Amino acid sequence: MKEMILLKNGEIALKGLNRASFEDKLIKNARRKLSDLGKFNIRKAQSTMYVEPTSDEQDLEEAVQRLRQVFGIAGLTRCAVVEKDFDIICKTAAEYLADQLEDSRTFKVNAKRADKSFPMKSPQICADLGGYLLKNFPHLKVDVNKPDIEVVVEIRDFGAYIHANQIVGAGGIPVGSGGKAMLLISGGIDSPVAGTMMAKRGLQIEAIHFVSPPYTSEHARQKVITLTEKMSEWCGSIRLHIVPFTEIQELIKDNCPEELFTIIMRRFMMRIAVAAAEKANCSALVTGESVGQVASQTVQAIACTDAVCTIPVLRPVIGMDKIEIVKIARYIDTFETSILPYEDCCTVFTPRHPRTRPKLEDVINAEKVLDIDALVAKATAGIEIMDIG
Amino acid sequence: MDEIYLDNAATTHVSHTAAQAVLSAMTDCWGNPSSLHKKGLQAKLAFEKAAADIAAAIGAKAENIIFTSGGTEADNLAIIGGALAKRRRGNRIVTTAIEHSAVLAACSYLEEQGFEVVRLIPDSFGRYTAEQIADAVNEKTVLVSMMLVNNEVGSVLPVGRAAKLIRRKNPETLIHCDAVQAFGKMPIKVGSALDVDLLSVSGHKIHAPKGIGALYIKKGVRILPLSHGGSQQKGLRTGTEPLPLAVGMAAAAAEAVKNLAAKQQHFEQLRTRLLENVSDMFDVCINSAPDSAPYIVNLSVVGVRSEIMLHFLESKGIYLSSGSACSKGQKSHVLTSMGLSPEVIDSALRISFDDTTTIEQIDIFSQALHEGAAAIRRR
Repeated sequence: MKEMILLKNGEIALKGLNRASFEDKLIKNARRKLSDLGKFNIRKAQSTMYVEPTSDEQDLEEAVQRLRQVFGIAGLTRCAVVEKDFDIICKTAAEYLADQLEDSRTFKVNAKRADKSFPMKSPQICADLGGYLLKNFPHLKVDVNKPDIEVVVEIRDFGAYIHANQIVGAGGIPVGSGGKAMLLISGGIDSPVAGTMMAKRGLQIEAIHFVSPPYTSEHARQKVITLTEKMSEWCGSIRLHIVPFTEIQELIKDNCPEELFTIIMRRFMMRIAVAAAEKANCSALVTGESVGQVASQTVQAIACTDAVCTIPVLRPVIGMDKIEIVKIARYIDTFETSILPYEDCCTVFTPRHPRTRPKLEDVINAEKVLDIDALVAKATAGIEIMDIG
Repeated sequence: MDEIYLDNAATTHVSHTAAQAVLSAMTDCWGNPSSLHKKGLQAKLAFEKAAADIAAAIGAKAENIIFTSGGTEADNLAIIGGALAKRRRGNRIVTTAIEHSAVLAACSYLEEQGFEVVRLIPDSFGRYTAEQIADAVNEKTVLVSMMLVNNEVGSVLPVGRAAKLIRRKNPETLIHCDAVQAFGKMPIKVGSALDVDLLSVSGHKIHAPKGIGALYIKKGVRILPLSHGGSQQKGLRTGTEPLPLAVGMAAAAAEAVKNLAAKQQHFEQLRTRLLENVSDMFDVCINSAPDSAPYIVNLSVVGVRSEIMLHFLESKGIYLSSGSACSKGQKSHVLTSMGLSPEVIDSALRISFDDTTTIEQIDIFSQALHEGAAAIRRR
C-alpha cells in the first residue's frame, strides 16, 4: 500500500484558459511549503492534485498540516493507493481507516468510478464494500445522509484511492496569481488579518512598517517581524520595508494643529507606502482599517488619506466587527503576538481630541508648512528591507 | 584506570556543545527577557529560540513549551496543575505502579486532597497493554499519567495507542506522559500517533546541565500554575526565565535527536553483546523484557546484593546503578510491582548506555561482573 495526499482545487477549477497558470502557481507554493520534508511528486488531474512522497520516512501528517495553509486548496485528505482489485480495496479500507471507523457510529461508502473498465459499477462497490465494513466493524450503522465517516473509493487510471473525511483547506486562490500589494502593518490585530485575506485572493504581499525610535522600542519592531513571520506561513515569503518615521512625527507635532496630528501622519504614511509600492512593483496598498474603529477610520478621515493615494487601497476588513477580525487573527495565529503591549508609531503623540470629521481643505492647509516631498523622499530613501519566511 | 560510565539513566556528562551554549548565554546574553530594552529583547529572542529547539525535537512548536527546573517539576506541574484545573469534572486519576517517584508522589499528594488514585500493576517485565490502561478510565477520570520508557527496567509503554483508546472513552481526560527516559534516545513526535496533552522531558539525561527540564502542553489545554509571581512563561512557571540552562538544554536536545536511527542501532548492538556476555552466568536473571528500550538493561546476579556488587565494580572504575538512583537504599517499587522475588530485587543492577558507550566497555564490564560474582560469593 502506498500513501499520498489528495488536494481538491476548489475555485481554480472554475477558471478558463488560464487555469494551468493558477495550477502551476499552486504546485509551486505547495512545493515550497513542503521543501524541508523530503521530495514529493505532485501531479495534477482535473480538479485534483496528487502529492506523492518518494520515501516511506516522509512525514505525511506534517505535510497535511502545512498544506492546510496553502491558498487555492479547498480540501485535502490522506489516502491509500492500491491496485484495482476489489478484495484488496476492501481489506485496505478496513485496515487503513480502522481508527476512524472505530471512532464513528455511522458511515457510508461513496464510490467514484472514473475508470469505466473496472468491472463493478459504483452502486455495487458501495453496497459490497459497505457490507464488508459492517461485518468487520459490527458497531457501525449505515447513514447515507449525515454519516460520522464517509469512506470514499476512487477508481482511477493508475489505481484505487481510498480515503475518508476530507479536511477543509484554506480556500481562495494561489498566492502570487494576482500580482503584488503593499500592506501597511502596525503591529495591531487588524493589519495581519487584512494582509492574509488579500493573499487568499491571490495577491503576493509585501509589508511596510513605520518605526519611531526612541518613542518606539526594539520590541515593537521585533513584534512586527514576528507577525510577518506568522503571516508568511500563509502568504509565502514577505518582503518587509521598515521606514524611519521619527523626524516626520516630530515635525507634525511641532508645526501642525494637535487635533489633525493623526490624519496628517496617516497621509504621510500613505505617501511613503505608495512610493515604496511603486518601487516594488506593487499595484495596490492594503490596510487593516475598519470603519468607525478609531478617529482616523471614519469615512471622512479615510477620504483625506485616500486623497494622497495614486494606487487603489484595499481594505478587506472595512466592514467587519472587532470580534470577527479577532476570530480570523486567532485562526491565522497572529492574535497572541498582536496583543503584546508595546508602543507603536500610531500610539505615540496621540492627540487628546482628534478630529473625527476632518475636512480635506483644512488638512491640506495645515500640512502646507512642511516640506512634504523632501520628507517623503528622505524617509523612503532610509527604508530598510528584510525578506521574511 | 579508565572509567566506564554505565549509569546514563541516572544522569549524563554535560556535552561540550551544551556547556558552550550555557557559557555564552551567561557571558554574552545575560539580560532579563522581560526587560524592555535591547538586552531584554536579545534574551527574550534567545529564550524563544531555545523553546523552539526543544519543541522541534518532539514535533511541537515553541508556544507549547514551558521550561521547568527538571523532570520532577514538569511532572508535578502537569499532574497537580492538570488535575486541579479539571477538578470539577471528576476526581479519579489513573497511573501505573512503575512511574518515577515524581509522578507517584504527586499523585499521592492529590490523593490526600481527595482524589482517588488508581495505580495499575504491570506484567513481570514491567509492561502494560493499551487496553489495560484505557479500561481503568471512567467518566470521572480527570487525568491519566503514564511514562513512555521506564527508568529502571526500560519497558516501553504503549502510550500512543492507550491515548487513542482513552480519548474514545472519555475525551475530557487529560493525558500526561513522563518521557524523561525516552527523550533524545528514541523518536518522539506528539500528534496523532502520540496524542498526549502533557509531556515531561529533562535536560540532564541528554547531556545538558542539571536544573532544567520542560513540559510540553498541547494547544488549548489548560492547567493551573503551582507557583505564583510575575507572568513569565504564560504565568504557568513564573520567575525570571532560566535562560542559560534553557539554551544549554536546547543545544543538547538538537544534538540528541540527530541520527536517532543510528543511535538506536548502536544501543541494540550493545545490549545484544551484554546479554551474550552474561549468558554463561547461570545465576543471572534478566529483568528487562526483550522488547524494552535497548539502552536500559536491568539484571540480577542472584545471591549477590546489588550494593556490594556496585562497590566492587566501582573499585574497577565502572559505574552503574542498583535499581533507580533516585531511591537509594529503598527496595525498588518497580521491581516489587513486577512481582519479582526478594532475592532478585536485592541483587538488581541497572546498566544504562549512551551513544559514547562502546562494545569494548561492555566486554570489560562483563568480565568484571564475572569476577565480582566469583569474588563476592567466595567470601
